[in-house]
Amino acid sequence: MAVSTTDMDRETEAGSALLDARSLRKDFGGIVAVDSFSFSVRPGQIVAIIGPNGAGKTTVFNLVTGVHPLTAGEIHFGGQRIDALKPYQIAEKGISRTFQNLQIFGNMTVVENVMVGRHSRSKVGILSGALSLPSSRSEEKRIYYAAMEMLDMVGLVSRAKQPASALPFGSQRLLELARALANEPKLLLLDEPAAGLASQETRNLERLIYRIRDGGVSILLVEHDMELVMGIADWVFVLDYGKLIAAGTPRDIQANEKVIAAYLGDETD
Amino acid sequence: MRHQNRIILSALFVVIGVLPFVFTSSYHISVMIFIGIHAMLAIGLCLLMGYAGQVSLGHAAFFGLGAYASGILTASYHVDPWLAMGLAAIFTGLVAFIIGKPLFRLKGNNLAMGTLGFGIIVYIMLVEMTDLTGGPSGLRGVPSLSIFGFTFDKDIKYFYLVWALALLFLILSLNIVNSRVGRALRSIHGSEIAAEMLGVDTNKYKIQILIVSAVYASVAGSLYAHYVTFLSPPPFGFKLSIEVLVMVVIGGLSSVYGAIFGAAATTLLSETLRGTVPKLLSGAGGEYEIVVFGVILMVVMIFMPTGLTSGTLNLVRRWRQEKALRVETREAEDGNAVTGVPRVPEGRTAIEDN
Ligand SMILES: Nc1ncnc2c1ncn2[C@@H]1O[C@H](COP(=O)(O)OP(=O)(O)O)[C@@H](O)[C@H]1O
Ligand SMILES: [Mg+2]
Repeated sequence: MAVSTTDMDRETEAGSALLDARSLRKDFGGIVAVDSFSFSVRPGQIVAIIGPNGAGKTTVFNLVTGVHPLTAGEIHFGGQRIDALKPYQIAEKGISRTFQNLQIFGNMTVVENVMVGRHSRSKVGILSGALSLPSSRSEEKRIYYAAMEMLDMVGLVSRAKQPASALPFGSQRLLELARALANEPKLLLLDEPAAGLASQETRNLERLIYRIRDGGVSILLVEHDMELVMGIADWVFVLDYGKLIAAGTPRDIQANEKVIAAYLGDETD
Repeated sequence: MRHQNRIILSALFVVIGVLPFVFTSSYHISVMIFIGIHAMLAIGLCLLMGYAGQVSLGHAAFFGLGAYASGILTASYHVDPWLAMGLAAIFTGLVAFIIGKPLFRLKGNNLAMGTLGFGIIVYIMLVEMTDLTGGPSGLRGVPSLSIFGFTFDKDIKYFYLVWALALLFLILSLNIVNSRVGRALRSIHGSEIAAEMLGVDTNKYKIQILIVSAVYASVAGSLYAHYVTFLSPPPFGFKLSIEVLVMVVIGGLSSVYGAIFGAAATTLLSETLRGTVPKLLSGAGGEYEIVVFGVILMVVMIFMPTGLTSGTLNLVRRWRQEKALRVETREAEDGNAVTGVPRVPEGRTAIEDN
């Protein structure tokens, strides 16, 4: 069966991984939020990290994106080490993310939010901006059209000119997704994208994730909705108290006793 | 937006152009000169605070550095005033660059404290470095400005000089605000972590906009120095920093034009208070001004955290939008807007008014 070969590939072909995180550790004061956790994402994969609340999933995202410095470990992306870089540099390298607690720019319109997402793919600086040089104005147009395309992808074009804060919750999640995609990432990190969505919205999200993956973007997903995770993930890592307790295909994970004990048993809903 | 900008700007040009013919007394013209100087300060702080969301309680320091750099270079070293103005701006910008790095490690209240400290340090240096600044007894003999044999000796000429530069700063600022950099600044205000994760080097932009606002303040300071021709430390103290803050809060928290309005309103209020308070309360002095400003600041921040003018505008806009939104959501619910893929061209036409 494919399971074991995939397993072996992961051991032997770490070099071909798009994202390769080795023995990540993060201490917050006394607590060890992430403890010698290794994982990787290969091009074109949808990889999920699951685990009970407080397991350290969001912290892993914060480590990968440079928000928190590592206590120990290494992170490689596309063969380059990125764990000493600042978040904006990591974004430039092609990693985008959405946030568990929405981080919409509430002081901007919907399309402006997405236009910020084009930041690292454009370059007008403060001088050419201040002088409103033709280069600045033509770039603005390109940024605008690219942003509208992203809004089109998530179905928010009709709301482009509204203040982002006026969007309903589900649409704000889609807006974050469009904004993250505007950065043209190679890897997209989604932190509980389905949280708070109605079931119809979750199904739309699932389709959207497939479309994004088919567009050549690898995806690292943190999600509590097990139906969603087991349906779309190629590979699942399970964290508990910051430690890896299991990894495998969704089918493996669903049958894993440790996982059932730590996670599924824990969440009795 | 751009079109709208042009109309507002033209109107502003005309109004400012005719003002000296409407208010002709030398007192009025000098008040209007101070409004122009204050407007430069307010526009800069508006970019820093209103757009990038970074508080400064020490903006008067940059004003003082510009004024004294110009004053010292021209009065003590006989440097050409225009060259001195440029050198002062470079010097002040450099100071902003140097303090920017450590300052922006601080956020929110701590940043406010840090900038307050910076203001106090500069003020004390102006008082204590008597060899350079003349200390409390002041610096005399700052020459007037002239160009190609044309001297800005009459107040009305100076009025046009000051406002030409203030409007130049206004236009530059509007351009910045409407550019990729302006959007980056607002994104920092909106969510610093999200901005970083979209590739915005938040630290770089904070420092850049601090430098811009410092250079504006420096030029304002130079113009002040050549206008009053005598410098002493008091005008560059904490009170001015608060006044600039009030200007921005009144008008400019999210509008560069508003900053000019705020500068006018605050300067006029300050003048009125100076005239009337001592008549009403015998023995009352300048403290009362700062009390009034403190109260304005508190009330506006509590009830209209986006600023007085834009707060009022927002109320109106929100009321209109809510009406429009109610209609739209009704339509959207019928047409399933989330899954449906609306036509892009519908949005594309929107760039014309962008
Ligand atoms: N910035 C932080 N400072 C201190 N502790 C933190 C911080 N972020 C997360 N933690 C702690 O790390 C642990 C893991 O949290 P988190 O990564 O948010 O879990 P999850 O996303 O899996 O629910 C928790 O105990 C949490 O309290
Ligand atoms: Mg989390």
